[in-house]
Amino acid sequence: MLPKQQVVAMLLAGGQGSRLGVLTRNLAKPAVPYGGKYRIIDFPLSNCVNSGIETVGVLTQYQPMILNEYIGSGQPWDLDSMNAGVHVLPPFQRSRRSDWYKGTANAIYQNIPFIERYHPDYVIVLSGDHIYKMDYSRMIAFHKDKKADCTIATIEVPIEEASRFGILNTNPDGTVYEFDEKPKHPKSNQASMGIYVFSWNKLRNYLEEDEANPKSSNDFGKDVLPAMLDEGEKIFAYRFEGYWKDVGTIDSLWESNMDLLDPNIPLDLNEESWKIYTRNPVMPPHYIAKGARVQNSIVAEGGSVYGEIDFAVLFSGVTIAPGAIVRDSIIMPNTRVEEGAVVQYAIIAEDCVIGRGTKIGARPEDIVNKDEWGVAVVGNGCNIPPNTVIAPKAVIDHETFTQEAGKNARK
Amino acid sequence: MRGNNMLGLIFSNIHEEQLRDLTEIRTMGSVPFGGRYRLIDFPLSNMVNSGINKVGVITKSNYQSLMDHLGSGKAWDLSRKREGLYILPPFGNTRMVNNRIESLASIKRFLSNSKEDLVLISDCNVVCNIDYSDVAAFHLQKEADITLVCRSGILPQKIAEPLVLTANREGRVSDLLIDPRTEGKCCYGMGMILLKRELLIRLVDDCVSRNLYSFKRDLLQRNLSSLRMYCYQFQEYAKMICSPVSYFTANMELMQPKVRAQLFNPNRPIYTKVRDDMPARYGLGSDVSNSLIADGCVIDGEVRNSVLFRGVRVGKGTVVENCVILQDGQIQPGSRMKYVITDKDVLIQNDRALLGFESYPIFISKGSVV
Repeated sequence: MLPKQQVVAMLLAGGQGSRLGVLTRNLAKPAVPYGGKYRIIDFPLSNCVNSGIETVGVLTQYQPMILNEYIGSGQPWDLDSMNAGVHVLPPFQRSRRSDWYKGTANAIYQNIPFIERYHPDYVIVLSGDHIYKMDYSRMIAFHKDKKADCTIATIEVPIEEASRFGILNTNPDGTVYEFDEKPKHPKSNQASMGIYVFSWNKLRNYLEEDEANPKSSNDFGKDVLPAMLDEGEKIFAYRFEGYWKDVGTIDSLWESNMDLLDPNIPLDLNEESWKIYTRNPVMPPHYIAKGARVQNSIVAEGGSVYGEIDFAVLFSGVTIAPGAIVRDSIIMPNTRVEEGAVVQYAIIAEDCVIGRGTKIGARPEDIVNKDEWGVAVVGNGCNIPPNTVIAPKAVIDHETFTQEAGKNARK
Repeated sequence: MRGNNMLGLIFSNIHEEQLRDLTEIRTMGSVPFGGRYRLIDFPLSNMVNSGINKVGVITKSNYQSLMDHLGSGKAWDLSRKREGLYILPPFGNTRMVNNRIESLASIKRFLSNSKEDLVLISDCNVVCNIDYSDVAAFHLQKEADITLVCRSGILPQKIAEPLVLTANREGRVSDLLIDPRTEGKCCYGMGMILLKRELLIRLVDDCVSRNLYSFKRDLLQRNLSSLRMYCYQFQEYAKMICSPVSYFTANMELMQPKVRAQLFNPNRPIYTKVRDDMPARYGLGSDVSNSLIADGCVIDGEVRNSVLFRGVRVGKGTVVENCVILQDGQIQPGSRMKYVITDKDVLIQNDRALLGFESYPIFISKGSVV
């Protein structure tokens, strides 16, 4: 028998993240690179260890290879302990009624035996698409203190943006009386952060009921939580203050990376007491050459900068050649931007080569029709030939790009 | 493929007197180098990359920082069930161990309990990226008893008791001199030798029984005629760290792309302990050129021709030129520094000016406040 764990964390990492387009073609959203050296999943995993949670189940389904390899034994996050630690939990075949994870609630339902091994009092359900630093132990203490059945973390959003979120309407004592999914006329500005603490006994019953209901879509937000509310269970909103960003879209991923360049941002990744752990590349420090210009940027190890960068996030092993300019952009690991290329307002994924004199993206001030402006995206492994022009908002991936290049060559 | 019948041995306390202040509180092996490394990372990574599974690190004194750095050996992939990393502190009699022969005699049990046929012994004051399996292939091909890794060129200055070799065309050593007068190029030892484990044990026993305690004079030079000694020429980048000035220039040479390409060859990476810092952050008005910058740095000032280790802060209006700033150094706004080496955790307060010279860089010791 395994020793009891008071809290088990379940991290939902199986989603495709289709809104990230080419960036998630070959990897699950939680494995998308972020902030110069991290991947999105580093944030919930580091929050767990920093909050004293030792047992984490990571539920994977979509394109799990890179994510599995990345998590490995869990050692970079100190989650390789003997009787606890991180476990990757893919769907699997059973003697009867095997299925993929049909929804978030079903994913947890299928792993009831995993959770039961630790005899937890509480289960915290996390998602792998947010950037934030949060002490879950305080939220769990709040849950205990209120004798709640379920606690949902919320964050204040501007009321004019509230219709993009799941909104919680609460009584003065903090209990939730209504869920409002993307309301047209929001009554409150408390948005759900997708972080739930459940008392395990309660949750297990609801998961079993939900599974037995053939009409259910097996989703926490749509089915399980409304059912709990209907039955009169005590659901509390736990207000979180601090930096929190959903990075599920190209624009929000870009914005959140740019937030790191703002000296006043409340997300300090250098904080000694709340480090964000990651699998570090084995590379020497980066080199800034004579004649380079580097401002308002973050640069990871292993790279070389000969050109000019301003408001750029450079991941490990990126090379910016002499005369190349990168502004307001994110360049993921091992990409090379060659002489004279100009990259503006763009996300360039891993292992690309941006040929000489190529122009990618544009600044909004240089565009007449503002509707045509947006962040340009270049997917993994693209080899962009010299002097190509890639418009703002364009999305390029390896396969279609080579096909088109082939067509053009035939013409 | 791992496992090549070689045992690695590293002397971590070698030639410390030469670096003065830098080794006052640490071993030669734990001297920080190149923005994020410590000198022992080079022999250790080279051994691991050459397929060596078992490495003993011989320590003598001041080895706290070394043990902290090495930990279980995980960062070098040496924390394993079958063999791995062995830290070998002084053992046995209460007498201070003062030389290599005594150190080797004190680990006789470790040596005789090992199974590997060959032993590669390395100092840790040489920065290079060398494949020891090439040395082993050479050793076996020549049917050598002892292979010494060496280099041709002008003898680096201030190197302690350099070993100067004369060899024939096949590489067989015909003469072996210690600290001779040299003119022009010569062939000198890099402090790495390869020999059979059984032979090492026998030679050490012979020395001890005759009360002879000089590794170079008694174990090598005396046996020149009776053993087949060969020299293996290493031609890629290598730098012997044998004075504060050579420490400084070795750091500066990392600015050359060719040196970095050879030293940090991606096929044979140099491993080190990770620190989980965020990537370096450059503020508005930062002006950096020809510098090597590690993770965790926050730079708002001017940095030229310098190496900044992890977690260094450079304030606004500060000018750092030709400096080596070790881990977590803080340089507050308005300071001017030229040719300075600061040890870990140094604080340079507002508007200070520190000017050294190329041939004599200023050294600021660990934790100082200027």
